Amino acid sequence: MIPSIPQPRIVSLAYTGYVIAFFIFLGLPLVVVAVFAFNDSQFPSLPWEGFTWNWFFGSERPMIGVFHERSILRAIGTSAFVAVLVSILSVTVGLSNAFLFNRYRFRGQGILYIFMLLPLVVPGIVLGISILVFSSRVANGMWDVAHWDIEALRPGLTLVVLGQFSFIATISTLVLGARLQKFDRSLEEAAMNLGANRLTAVRTITLPYLGPAMVGAFVVAFLMSFENFNTTLMLVGSDAPLTIAMFDRLKEGSTPLLNAVSLLLMLGSSCLALVMIAFQKRG
Amino acid sequence: MRSEAKLGLILLLTPLLLWLSLLIFIPHVDMFLVSLRERVGVGEYKISLANYLTFINEPLYLHTFLRTAVMSILATMITLLIAFPVSYYIAKIARGRTQSALFLLCLVPFWVSELVRTFGWMILLRETGLISNLLQFLGLADGPVEMLYNDAAIMVGLVYTSMLFMVVPLVTTLESLPDEVIEAGYDLGGNGLSVLREIVIPHAAPGIVSGCIVVFMLSLGNYLTPTMLGGKDSLWFTELIYSQFIVRFNWELGAAFGFLLLGLSSLIVWGMLKLTGQSLEKTMG
Repeated sequence: MIPSIPQPRIVSLAYTGYVIAFFIFLGLPLVVVAVFAFNDSQFPSLPWEGFTWNWFFGSERPMIGVFHERSILRAIGTSAFVAVLVSILSVTVGLSNAFLFNRYRFRGQGILYIFMLLPLVVPGIVLGISILVFSSRVANGMWDVAHWDIEALRPGLTLVVLGQFSFIATISTLVLGARLQKFDRSLEEAAMNLGANRLTAVRTITLPYLGPAMVGAFVVAFLMSFENFNTTLMLVGSDAPLTIAMFDRLKEGSTPLLNAVSLLLMLGSSCLALVMIAFQKRG
Repeated sequence: MRSEAKLGLILLLTPLLLWLSLLIFIPHVDMFLVSLRERVGVGEYKISLANYLTFINEPLYLHTFLRTAVMSILATMITLLIAFPVSYYIAKIARGRTQSALFLLCLVPFWVSELVRTFGWMILLRETGLISNLLQFLGLADGPVEMLYNDAAIMVGLVYTSMLFMVVPLVTTLESLPDEVIEAGYDLGGNGLSVLREIVIPHAAPGIVSGCIVVFMLSLGNYLTPTMLGGKDSLWFTELIYSQFIVRFNWELGAAFGFLLLGLSSLIVWGMLKLTGQSLEKTMG
């Protein structure tokens, strides 16, 4: 079944039809979410009551738009804050790991590498509860021993950041490691022949080379953190990130407000994806 | 120079070890220890297997566990069956711009939060939803049809959510299969089916394995899709974990559930790797 091997017309037509049906399946839920953001009704469902921008800009009940809904705006802010922290942490640690596995040979390296991959095969909810259990034990221990209450170890944003970081770091390590693998070491040696010391060579030659991959890892980490649900659900305190806030609303019943938020999310992530692709092309 | 290298090694090793020990290893050991605890009085615990015995003796727990496992395996197989022809089309039949455009289109849903994807399916499937209205319009149904809140809806949601993680590894491995090899298969007298069985599938095996592992894991650990799309009778194991931890505040039992989920997912991942002779480094890295 490749173009150079002739196939009966009916077979190739059916095949193309199947692929088209697949892409309709893939796009339909997203299109539906986007379209109903503009429905002039209290419910994101048929009948179509006419077109409105109110779910974005409306400021009066019963149609308060996204940009006037405090709790949603705050949740977006929380998510962005968490995502930036997680991305910075993940890219930093990922960079360090990439150099470690690429440049050094030491005993136990193979096992450590497998261990580094494990967070990807642990269900997110299990990662969440294990960190919750451990941090509570530490917090309780601190209280018993020194009557010192560490707020950061109770469910809240610190734990959310740590929980998301615990598996996103693996992904950024893989992204950066793959790029470092392709790097030509002789460039660094040339810099050192020209009088640079090792650190200067890495800073002026290797790090710029890794730049596009670092942007890529940052964007991927940002999106994964922004969208994370399972791990966050177990660690969240009173400040809910966007996915949790939306989930709570969705349980109570939905208005097209959620469609409007979703559409903004789609636009936001597409923009980030485009930024990343642009950087990858340059690199 | 040697001491400098050693210093560098230690500096780079520190963040890795801190991360893996404090956020992965110790918390999991701790979770295991908590799962072995039995509360005998206020603040008093003893070591016992009571939580695991509760799991075995309570039909609801065991039943939900097995149901989650079976449905996740089913979801993985359905995802593979749907994704394989599409990946093959993208990798071997589409050319040039169409190829990269189709591949990018497959990635689009991934850029959107799982919550939004699930929400989309709710709008489509619910009683007042689009599909119900379409069926009535076409005269195929007399009244509103409720398609949400059952196992089939969960299945649709799971397959949809994890599709990308199957398509990407499949396309990557299939792309590396040279056309000439397929042509040679036909020249040697093979037909479509035998070429698929003898050449294409064996070549794509690493992609199939890594896709299946990721999809299975994501389905098993999914909370959002079963909660939003499933009904009262379609309980998912993660929902039990959540309710023990957050609602009932029975961390001991919740930790035992968490450990069982982790055990099941590790067992299946390990089994699949062993069965196909792959290693974790190759499939994930």
